[in-house]
Amino acid sequence: MRNPSDLRLSNAGSPCQVSGRRLAVKALCALPVSLLLASHMAWAAPATSEVNTTGLAVTDDTVTVGILHSVTGTMAISETGSVQAEKLAIDQINAMGGVLGRKIEYIQEDGASDWPTFAEKSKKLLVNDKTAAVFGCWTSASRKAVLPVFEQYNGMLYYPTFYEGLEQSPNVIYTGQEATQQIIAGIDWVVKEKGAKTFYLLGSDYIWPRTSNKIARKHIEKLGLTVVGEEYYPLGHTQFNSVINKIKLKKPDVIYAIVVGGSNVAFYKQLNAAGIKLTSEKPLLLTISVTEDEILGIGGENIEGAYAAMKYFQSLDNPNNAAFVQAFKDKWGKDIVIGDVTQAAYLGPWLWKAAVEKAGSFDIDKVRAASPGIELTTAPEGYVKIHENHHLWSKTRVGLAQKDGQYKVVFESADLIEPNPFPVGYQ
Amino acid sequence: MQERAKALFMPRQDLIGFAVLALILIVILPLILDVFRLNLVGKYLTYSFVALGLVLCWGYGGILSLGQGLFFGLGGYCMAMFLKLEASDPVSTKIQSTPGIPDFMDWNQITAIPWWWQPFNSLTLSLIAVVLVPTLFAFIISVAMFKRRVGGVYFAIITQALAAILTILIIGQQGYTGGVNGITDLRTLLGWDIRSDNAKLVLYFVNCILLFGCLLIAQFIRKNKLGRILVAMRDREERVRFSGYDVANFKIFVFCLAAAISSVGGAMFTLQVGFMSPSFVGIVPSIEMVIFCAVGGRLSILGAVYGSLLVNWAKTSFSESFPELWLFAMGALFIGVVMAFPNGLASLFLRYIEPYLPAWYHGKAKPVQPAEVVEKAPLTSTDTQPETATSKSTEKQSDETVPVNSLEGGVYVD
Repeated sequence: MRNPSDLRLSNAGSPCQVSGRRLAVKALCALPVSLLLASHMAWAAPATSEVNTTGLAVTDDTVTVGILHSVTGTMAISETGSVQAEKLAIDQINAMGGVLGRKIEYIQEDGASDWPTFAEKSKKLLVNDKTAAVFGCWTSASRKAVLPVFEQYNGMLYYPTFYEGLEQSPNVIYTGQEATQQIIAGIDWVVKEKGAKTFYLLGSDYIWPRTSNKIARKHIEKLGLTVVGEEYYPLGHTQFNSVINKIKLKKPDVIYAIVVGGSNVAFYKQLNAAGIKLTSEKPLLLTISVTEDEILGIGGENIEGAYAAMKYFQSLDNPNNAAFVQAFKDKWGKDIVIGDVTQAAYLGPWLWKAAVEKAGSFDIDKVRAASPGIELTTAPEGYVKIHENHHLWSKTRVGLAQKDGQYKVVFESADLIEPNPFPVGYQ
Repeated sequence: MQERAKALFMPRQDLIGFAVLALILIVILPLILDVFRLNLVGKYLTYSFVALGLVLCWGYGGILSLGQGLFFGLGGYCMAMFLKLEASDPVSTKIQSTPGIPDFMDWNQITAIPWWWQPFNSLTLSLIAVVLVPTLFAFIISVAMFKRRVGGVYFAIITQALAAILTILIIGQQGYTGGVNGITDLRTLLGWDIRSDNAKLVLYFVNCILLFGCLLIAQFIRKNKLGRILVAMRDREERVRFSGYDVANFKIFVFCLAAAISSVGGAMFTLQVGFMSPSFVGIVPSIEMVIFCAVGGRLSILGAVYGSLLVNWAKTSFSESFPELWLFAMGALFIGVVMAFPNGLASLFLRYIEPYLPAWYHGKAKPVQPAEVVEKAPLTSTDTQPETATSKSTEKQSDETVPVNSLEGGVYVD
C-alpha cells in the first residue's frame, strides 16, 4: 500500500513532490487548476482535514470517485447504460455545488467483461487512486471478484444490478433489488390477477437465475401451486427449440424466464417462430431479466405481450422520472432507452452524496454508519430508502412489453418491499 | 571437457541475460514500485510461466498449443480449492444453511463436500495436485494425439477445443466448481493472510524464484541434446524419425513439461490475485498467452518473460488511460509486432542491440561456437550444415541471425 503521508503531501498542494513517483495519482493533474479556481470561490466548505481523516482523494474543492464497468467486451452493451447514468448523476450533483462543497471528479476504469480485470482495477481505484467511493460492477461474477478487495481496503461500492441476494457486505450498497424483491410480488400478481396455477421455470445457467428460480419455486409451492418444469441453459446458448417443445407439451400457465444476455434474442425469436404468441397469454410469460435495453436486441415485435417484474420502467409516470428521462436523453441522445439497472446506477452517486452529507465526512466508516435510513425522494422510481442491510426498500412493478420496446406498467406494489437478502424458508 | 559443458549450459551471453532479468525482477522493480504495482507485475509474471512453456513446446518443439490456459487454469483451480476449503471454516460460514462448506456449494444446495474435493484439505496433496493433475491431463492428450501422429494445425485445434470443453464443464458444474464466478474470496494459506501487503511481497519473490527455476530447466533443455532433437524435430520431423528416434515421445515430454510449468504459474496466480475463474481456462486467454510468447520471441526463453510483462503492462496502462479505446491500442501493438519483427522482441535485440554491445559481452567463445555446435550435434548434422553456413555469412555482417543463436534462428517448417 502507498504510504499515506504521500497523499497528505499531495493534498497540501505540492504535485511536484509526487510527480517524481511513477504512480502519481492522475487526479492530481487537475490540482493546479482547481487551486486557482479555489481562490475565486468562497465556499463555506468544511476543512479537508475534518472531512477526510483516512487519506482519501479529497482536496479542498474536489473529491475523486471511481466508475468501474465494462465498456468493452460482451457486457459493454449492458453496462454502458450504467456508466451513462452515473456520469449524469455526477454532473447534476456538481451543477448543484457538489458534495460538502467539493466538486466530484471521477476516474473511469474498464472492467473489460473480465472478472480478474475487475479485481485489478478495483484495487487500483482503492489503493492507488484512493477514491472515496466506487460506482460499478454489473454481473455477480464481477462483484464477487471485487468484493474481497473492497473489504480488505475498506472501500465503498455502489452496485446497481438486481441480483441473487445471499450477500450483505459492509462495503457494498446494493441499489438494485435482491431476488425476493423482484420475484415474490411478481408471482403473487400473476397468481391473483391471471389465475396462474402451473409454472415452467427457465434460466441461464449461473448463480442468479438458479437462486432466483429456487426462491420462485419455494414461493409457488407455498401457494400450493405447481412447477411443471425447470431448466437451465449455458450462457450464450441459442437453441431453445427443445425446451419450447416441452413447454408446448406441458402447457404451463406461466413461463417464468430468467434468460440473460444474447440468449434472449434467440429465445424470444424461437418462441415466436414456434407459434407461442405471447400476446394471447397462453401461456403467459413473466421475466425478471429483460429490461428496455435487452428489448433493443430482441426486437419489440418478438417480445410484445410478455410481462416483466422490475422496480423501474422508463415509462413510469411521475415527475422525478420525467425529469430524469429528459436529462438522460439531453445528455446521451434522444433514441436512448433506460432500463431498470440504469436507473439503479443513477441512484448510486445520489445515495452516496446524501450519506456523505449526513455523516459530514467522506470517511468510509462514517459514510457506512450514516447510510442506513438515507432516503431519496427524487429517485426516478419514486422513493427509496437504504435498509440496515445495505439494500434498498423499493416497490415491485409489473410491466407489459409493447411493440415499440417500452413497457406499460400494469401493476405496482402498494408498499415499499423490504429487502431480505437471506430469505428464511427460501434457501 | 567439464568446463566446456558448463560453458555450453550457460554461455556468457545467456548468463548476462539471466543476470539482467534477475536484477530487474528482484532488485529494480521491488525498489521502484509500490506493493500494488508489484503485485500486478507478479500477476504478469505468472503468465510468463505459460509463455515459457510455449517457447519450449512451440518455439522449440514446433507444437503449437492454443489451449495452454487449460493447464494454467487446472493448476490455479487446484490451489484455489485448497485455499477455499481453508477459507470455509464453520465459523466464517455460519450464515449458510450448511456451515463449513464453500459458499457456492451452499448456494447450489450441496450439503457435503464432494469426495474429489477431500484431498485438497491437505496442502501437500494440493501442491502435488497443482503439478500432477495438469501434467497427467497433458500426458493423456499428448499420448492420444502424438502416438497417432496428429500434429500441426489439427493438434492446435484440438487443444483449443479442450480448453473450450473444460470451460463449459466448469461453468456447468457450478455447485462443484463455482461456475462463472469462479472460486473467490480466498483469504489465508495455513493461517497466513495472503491478502496483506507483506504476503504480496513474499509471494512476489517466491514467484520470481519459481520462475527462475523454470527458466533454468528450460535453459538446461535448450542447451542439451534434448533441445537439439526438439529443434530438429520441429524443422525436419521425418529425418529425426528415420534417425531412429521416437518423435512422439519427445513431443509428449515437451508438451507435458510445458503443461507442468504453466500449472505452477496458475497456482501462483491464484495465490497472488486471490481467486480463480473459468475466464483463465478458455480459448481467449489461451490465445492471449500465445501472443505473449510471440511478442517476446518464441525462440527466446527470456523473451517469454519480457513479452508477457510488456503486453500486460501495455494492457494495464492503455486501459487506465483510455478505458474505451484501449483495445484498439492493443490491436495496433499486436499488428505492429507481427509486421515489424515476426520473431518478437528477442529478434529486435539480436539484430539491433547485441551487435553493438562491447566485446566483454560476447566473450572469447564467439568464434568457437559454430564449430562446437556441429561437434555437439552430430545427429542433426544435415540440418546444421546450412545453418553453419548462415553463421559464416553473418560474420560478413549480413542481417541474418548472429552465430550464437544460429541453431535457433534457422528456417521454420511448421
